[in-house]
Amino acid sequence: MLNGLWKLTWVEIKVFVREPMGVVGSLLVPVVIFVVLGRTVGAPQATVAAAAGPPFNAAILAALIIAIGAVLSLIAIISIYREGGILKRLRATPLSPLTILGAHVLVKLLFTVVGMLLLVLAGRRFFPGAMQVNLVSFTAALLLSTLSILSLGFVLASLVRTARFAQPLGGAVLYPMLALSGLFFPIDRLPPVLRVMAAAFPTTHAVSLMQGIWDGSGFAAHWVDVGALILIFAVCSALATKVFRWE
Amino acid sequence: MPDAVSPAVITVSHLGKRYGATVAVDDVSLTVLQGEIFGLIGPNGAGKTTTMECVQGLRKPDRGTISVLGLDPQRDASALRQRIGVQHQEAHLQKRIKVWEAVDLWSSLYRRAVDPEALLVRLGLESKRNAWFMTLSGGQKQRLFIALALIHEPEVVFLDELTTGLDPQARRAIWALITDIRARGTTVFLTTHLMEEAERLCDRVAIIEHGRVLEMGTPAGLVEKHCPERTVVYTSDGPDGTTHTLRGEGDDFVTDVINDIARKGIRVRGFRTENPTLEDVFLKLTGHGIRD
Repeated sequence: MLNGLWKLTWVEIKVFVREPMGVVGSLLVPVVIFVVLGRTVGAPQATVAAAAGPPFNAAILAALIIAIGAVLSLIAIISIYREGGILKRLRATPLSPLTILGAHVLVKLLFTVVGMLLLVLAGRRFFPGAMQVNLVSFTAALLLSTLSILSLGFVLASLVRTARFAQPLGGAVLYPMLALSGLFFPIDRLPPVLRVMAAAFPTTHAVSLMQGIWDGSGFAAHWVDVGALILIFAVCSALATKVFRWE
Repeated sequence: MPDAVSPAVITVSHLGKRYGATVAVDDVSLTVLQGEIFGLIGPNGAGKTTTMECVQGLRKPDRGTISVLGLDPQRDASALRQRIGVQHQEAHLQKRIKVWEAVDLWSSLYRRAVDPEALLVRLGLESKRNAWFMTLSGGQKQRLFIALALIHEPEVVFLDELTTGLDPQARRAIWALITDIRARGTTVFLTTHLMEEAERLCDRVAIIEHGRVLEMGTPAGLVEKHCPERTVVYTSDGPDGTTHTLRGEGDDFVTDVINDIARKGIRVRGFRTENPTLEDVFLKLTGHGIRD
């Protein structure tokens, strides 16, 4: 029922942009972080590769913050909709369960692209010459990463009981993942246990894939990361269909 | 109003549903006839909502059989959804969805739909068409949910605790709408814990407690069967006027009292009769008041 999917997606987009805090948080915060960190820690281009690994890349951090922000927003929306009986009401219509949740995925992916565009504009403005990356590939990598983390978000949204704890719980899971993603500390310097955990986190593969594309290599060179992100998506989606709670 | 030959549109037979160790519905059997307003009444937690949601196909029963418009709510879920309209207890919509967006979205989901704008007019929501859901009053929200339930001209409408929490004016307005739904030939299946509401609206009711149907029939029929007694209270005139309370049964009781008073030549200053209501039947059958 494609008509229903578009209609619902369009409604959800309008509902989302009517809440100023959500728009500011998901679109402007990553840009601010990008510009501030880019200026203080280092410009976003991969200049001098340190011995420990690639240098800290503010663009990748900002892109991941866009993705994680989208997922946290999804978790909050799903739990609020569940608590308010909105999911249940939609389920009583001819809409399929996949359509009801798929509309939210589309909205989140759309705003991820918008956030990415803002990031590029800010990069061109504040770091001229630094955004030499293939933006289509980079955006595609970000979308794949977001999709993978979103599927984990659906599992988290099923676990959290009330809307009030949705965002804190989501943050408590996703931000440590970000810390271990290799963006701040090289993965191979981590203790073995953390290294194994990091390998199972979508954020780790997202960083690796986006870093690779930033450095000029293509998707094929990072087939392990692409495969891992798809695998995580498949596993979490399958798990979510089992544990997802509509009310 | 349905008549004796109205066909059944909903048949529930020995329905059972539990959540873990909690038995929500123990054994419920009932029949809803075409064109009637049928009320499932009972205290909170009696199993009203679970029964209704099993009938809608939103929950899978553990036991028993359900037929709605000749369909199995589980097996024929998608076909059934085109033909029934629902309103859920304490439901919300997206906080910032506009009224017209909600009816427009809903109307796009069904194969056949009435004109959304005409429906808003019918439900008195035309002045609110650009308002966000979160800004609506309780009565306006419920009228919007009725609109969403009616958008595809369903054959059966389910209304769960529709007037709970509304002020008397809003409640009366909703009652008028429900009567209007029946007048257009749609069958209404509602739940309420307000006995006055059930008595005024419903052609037939089923009283449910602890997941079992205690009694089923017309409100007047149930009152006649379970609470046939009539009470007459009159105050005799005079400086030492006293109040007398007389209780009896049968259609002739009040007439008999009036004749008796007339025959004795008693001057009466005040006279009233107290007839039992569905609430009295309910309290008699369930043995206690409505629990919150």
